[in-house]
Amino acid sequence: MIKESLKGKKIAITGSTGFLGTALVELLLREIEDIDLRLLIRPSGKRSPSKRLERDILRNDAFDTLRKNLGPEGFEKLTKGNMKALSADISKDNLGLDDDGLRELSECDIVIHSAAAVSFDEPLDRAAEVNLMGPVRLVETLQGLNVEPHLVMVSTCYVAGNRKGTAPEKPLAQSPFYVPLNWKQETDAARRTRSYIEDDSRRSENLERFRTEAKTELGAPGISLIAAKTEQIRERWVKDKMVEAGRERATSLGFPDAYAFTKAMAEQAVQEIRGTIPLSIVRPSIIESSWDKPNSGWIRGFRMAEPIILNFGRGTLKEFPGIPEGVVDIIPVDLVASAIVAVAAQDKPDKPFVVQVASGACNPIKTGILADYVHEYFGNFPILDEKNQPITPSKWEFPGRGRVVTQLTRAKRLLQTAENTLHKLPIRGNQAMVVADLEEKRIELDKAMEYITLYGKYVECEAIYDVTSLLRLWENLDDEDRKAFPFDPRVIDWRKYVYDIHLPTVVIQGRVKTTPSAFPPKSRNSRLRKQILDPSRQLAVFDLENTLIASNVVSSWGYLATKRLPSQDRIKILTKTILEAPSMLAMDRRDRTDFLRNFYRKYEGAPVLQINEDSLEMFNEFILNKSFPAAIRRVREHRALGHRTLLITGALDFVVQPLKPLFDEILAPSLEVTGKKYSGRMTQVPPIGETRAAVLRDYAQKNNLDLKESIAYADSTSDLPMLEAVGFPVAVNPETKLATLARRRGWLVENFQPISGSPKKTLPLGKMKE
Amino acid sequence: MSQNQRKHPRPGLVLDVDRTTPPILFHHGEGFRMEKLPAGRSRVIYPAEPLPGVANPKASIRNALENPLGDSPPLSALLKSGMKLTIAFDDISLPLPPMRKPDIRQRIIEAVLDTAAEAGVDDVHLIAALALHRRMTESELRHAVGDRVYDAFAPSGAIYNHDAEDPDGMVVIGTTPHGEEVQINKRAAESDLIVYVNINLVSMDGGWKSTATGLSGYTALRHHHNPQTMVESKSFMDQENSELHKSNWRQGKVLKDSGIRIFQIETTVNNNTFGYDGPLSMLQKREWEWSFKERMLFLGMQTGLNKMSATSKRKSFQGWYSPYEITSVQAGEVEAVHRSTTENVYKQHLVQVEGQTDILTMGLPYICPYNVNSVMNPVLVACLGLGYFFNMYKGKPLVRKGGVVIMTHPTPWEFHPVHHPSYIDFFERVLSETTDPAVMSQKYEKSFAEDEWYRHLYRTSYAYHGVHPFYMWYWCAHALDHLADVIIVGGNQEAVRRMGFRSATTLQDAFEIASDSVGFSPTISHYHSPPILMADVT
Repeated sequence: MIKESLKGKKIAITGSTGFLGTALVELLLREIEDIDLRLLIRPSGKRSPSKRLERDILRNDAFDTLRKNLGPEGFEKLTKGNMKALSADISKDNLGLDDDGLRELSECDIVIHSAAAVSFDEPLDRAAEVNLMGPVRLVETLQGLNVEPHLVMVSTCYVAGNRKGTAPEKPLAQSPFYVPLNWKQETDAARRTRSYIEDDSRRSENLERFRTEAKTELGAPGISLIAAKTEQIRERWVKDKMVEAGRERATSLGFPDAYAFTKAMAEQAVQEIRGTIPLSIVRPSIIESSWDKPNSGWIRGFRMAEPIILNFGRGTLKEFPGIPEGVVDIIPVDLVASAIVAVAAQDKPDKPFVVQVASGACNPIKTGILADYVHEYFGNFPILDEKNQPITPSKWEFPGRGRVVTQLTRAKRLLQTAENTLHKLPIRGNQAMVVADLEEKRIELDKAMEYITLYGKYVECEAIYDVTSLLRLWENLDDEDRKAFPFDPRVIDWRKYVYDIHLPTVVIQGRVKTTPSAFPPKSRNSRLRKQILDPSRQLAVFDLENTLIASNVVSSWGYLATKRLPSQDRIKILTKTILEAPSMLAMDRRDRTDFLRNFYRKYEGAPVLQINEDSLEMFNEFILNKSFPAAIRRVREHRALGHRTLLITGALDFVVQPLKPLFDEILAPSLEVTGKKYSGRMTQVPPIGETRAAVLRDYAQKNNLDLKESIAYADSTSDLPMLEAVGFPVAVNPETKLATLARRRGWLVENFQPISGSPKKTLPLGKMKE
Repeated sequence: MSQNQRKHPRPGLVLDVDRTTPPILFHHGEGFRMEKLPAGRSRVIYPAEPLPGVANPKASIRNALENPLGDSPPLSALLKSGMKLTIAFDDISLPLPPMRKPDIRQRIIEAVLDTAAEAGVDDVHLIAALALHRRMTESELRHAVGDRVYDAFAPSGAIYNHDAEDPDGMVVIGTTPHGEEVQINKRAAESDLIVYVNINLVSMDGGWKSTATGLSGYTALRHHHNPQTMVESKSFMDQENSELHKSNWRQGKVLKDSGIRIFQIETTVNNNTFGYDGPLSMLQKREWEWSFKERMLFLGMQTGLNKMSATSKRKSFQGWYSPYEITSVQAGEVEAVHRSTTENVYKQHLVQVEGQTDILTMGLPYICPYNVNSVMNPVLVACLGLGYFFNMYKGKPLVRKGGVVIMTHPTPWEFHPVHHPSYIDFFERVLSETTDPAVMSQKYEKSFAEDEWYRHLYRTSYAYHGVHPFYMWYWCAHALDHLADVIIVGGNQEAVRRMGFRSATTLQDAFEIASDSVGFSPTISHYHSPPILMADVT
């Protein structure tokens, strides 16, 4: 019946790149003869819709079975002949279709609208734009084309809101406890909220807060990077506020979140404006991996429940909100797709036809039982920690959402405090990476908390979704259709589904370790290192302090200043420098260029000849002793590979002069000379922060080098502009802020150390002449 | 300074270990171990007691300069006003440990300079003949030549370190019939006379090696500092059987034939390395003869060392200057001088030993020629054990072919970043790939030798030449070829393994490991040095 009814039909589908959409496309291609599909796909970035069809849909493993059964040519013929991608964007008028696209759409017998912003952290206005205005525009486009295809709209059971009792398969207006929604007003309000929040974000106290936050995160990398970061923080803040606004508005009207809320409005809006366009609404509950087709456990992307399950398996989540005897309404994706096809195959309904695809009414699974299955699963197949030890899953006690959130908040606050404290310590390298680890853990907790808040609301929904219409539809199918389009929720064996199908899928998709590895996997670092030491790279640029040597401008000065002094004067200088240290450090943190400019004044009056002579001695006695042999070897490796090597440093030229043979070139500031003495003023702006990036760009341009093919080594966030300017940044012995950034961005982190055995020198004092 | 109490110092001794033998002293880097050796199949070879020194060094020197050996006029007859004179002297690697002031070099150079001054010679340069070793620092130079000489020559830049990589400072004189290039310091080559001041600590030192190696560079050295030559020098301490020696002598002949005039001065010192009394005196005595005071001192020292950090231990050991006495001074024509010197060296060092054993044990001290005021890195540990100590023989090695060497040394994974930069890379890059001297010489030697950065550090800083770690490893070539296994007791496991050796915690474990090659009741020789001894194995 379904097969005959749909044979040769032309069907338009939105949202085909999504989880449900992909399953739907696969099902239609597999079961319906001569089907003619038009997929409305939004071009994304540089990818055209046809490219997305190829990459995002057909390459998905959902099509593996079909491809195997038909053979490569048969599959190619089917997908090329019976399917076409149309460039479309449901947030635009006429869905962004060109004339050809509009013509194609007008020829369709059925339109299945499955596109939605399902993400839980969607800002209110965007959710409204996609979930509500999307279908509205679709209807308007059809009306403009003057066609009346069968419109099948995918909605959600949760449009019923946080109610208790039965939610019937009826248009919302006919449901009990219906709260009338004015979708036009709500849309306008959402747009206005956006502009209020945008304005609010630009208030000076807020901007100042964002800037402080940016500085805390990055240190002192220069104005433009701080500005970019500040703007990024502001945008994130606006988004968070919009998400919050959506959640609040939804809650105030009795919906679990903005998704359900906007979907509910969409149902009403479409009914209101559809005129005579025949409309069917399919409301699935929570869609999870497939029961049987295209293969058992097929899933696309990470759904809502998976992160929670994994966090439970990993032991991060010890508790879960919800009530053990409550029902979790889960429905496998293939059942939903089949139901949609069955609905689409029906005659065009006169008045809106509503059907719910849910398990709660006819084959419920209780939260407590689900938890037991998950517990049992991870008891039998535990996730392993990094030491290959199994993690024991904890037993859920269902203490209520409040306590779970408190637990998590406390853990998060602890991590945040630890992170903040560590940021203040002068630690580097491996120790600093601890902060990066902490941050990762905190972000994980953050996510878990988001999921709890959100998912908790769904779990706490105590509504039972009526499926009478669905079952009636099922009763009317013949055996052949039942075999091809199974959507009877009663067939699901929950233990089998959770234990044998869903959890194994989640574990695979989550790429967690469940079998001990014999050898540690080839580390990320060694892979990155290989990329860096590739002959096709062009330039390797190095910072000096803490990248090549464990020393700084202050110690160089200390050495040179005391080299020829009698001992009581040395002590005087030393004491003075120590007393000045806090203020110098503070200045250095604020702006390194200012610091250097100030500090180098100390060289005023120093005799040029003597300084040059003593610098060589300092190099031998002090700098080389504090050098990192691995870093020096790295410079030489780059040279051997034919890369150009460059040292850019804020240290003075006479200090780094002895390093000249190591590099192709050295860019270092020099001091002005008056007579035979240094004046204490620099002859140019030192290459620090943004200037360093600018100097590097100039250098690359002059020498015809591609920075995208270049490598930069540095140790601090003040070098961020330089690190970001190149294709391959390397954080060397990073301080905590850079460590966190490097981890987040996947940069190579090197820990270069002085070789053990080097003579210790605690104070930067010149060896006295004999 | 106290003299040897005995009128007739006793020669070296081979002690057969029985049940009554006390634990034997093993040097262990900056520390010591006392080890019981298995009775009935072990023997300990002790060095000879210090020979008496000459009564009046100044007179002996004068006498040698004016009564030269071989076909040479006295020094005073060779010096003329207006001539170019170059005085070359041995570098920091000799003697070991460094000598208490005044150093022999100072005494001799002062004597030579006095003679030169009498003759009215103005153009005098003093060159530290360090070949590819690191440059000497000012204080090291001052120690070697004395403040008076240093202050007289330093201001005009007439005392300096040899620079084998100075493109304008080196000349190739010619080639031996074997195709070996002969290269020498240009100033020395252009001088009317080279006076070379030697300290002949071991039998390898001196002769043509002084000038042909000490004032030379990579171009010439690669012809004998290579695995082939070293495997064929059995041993390089034994002139008659040393390819290294022969090659140097061939190069020396080319020098001589080119008209370069050399006045060779060689000196020998006795075995008074640790003093007749004082805190370390027990180290040059036989264990059962330690006095009560010495026993207490040793115990105290062990306790103190346990509490000290590695750095302070190193500092205190490197602060030891030996009270050697001069036993002979020879001057004149190179080969005649060297013959006489060698006899004098052998007089102090040679110990008659009968037959080989399955195992050779040795306790490696804190110092070798290349870590004076520096760190004894793992490569140098290998070189001291397998290069120097193993080769201290005439006739046959103390250990049989296919035998095992067990040495004790902490072998820390430590390097001096200024002195040994190329060692660090050698250890990380070369040894991690191969420990075969022939393979590494083929594959890596040239790139290290000609590396610009190492060259820069050798010339301007205080670094050993880029190729130097290779030479250290080649020094071990004969031993590596001869032995089945090398075991280091108490070393850093990773460092020991990197070099292809085996690591043991205790001497007992080492014997267990050695049983793979030599069975469960091997015969054992313990090489009880320093002070230095050379085994004459029949």
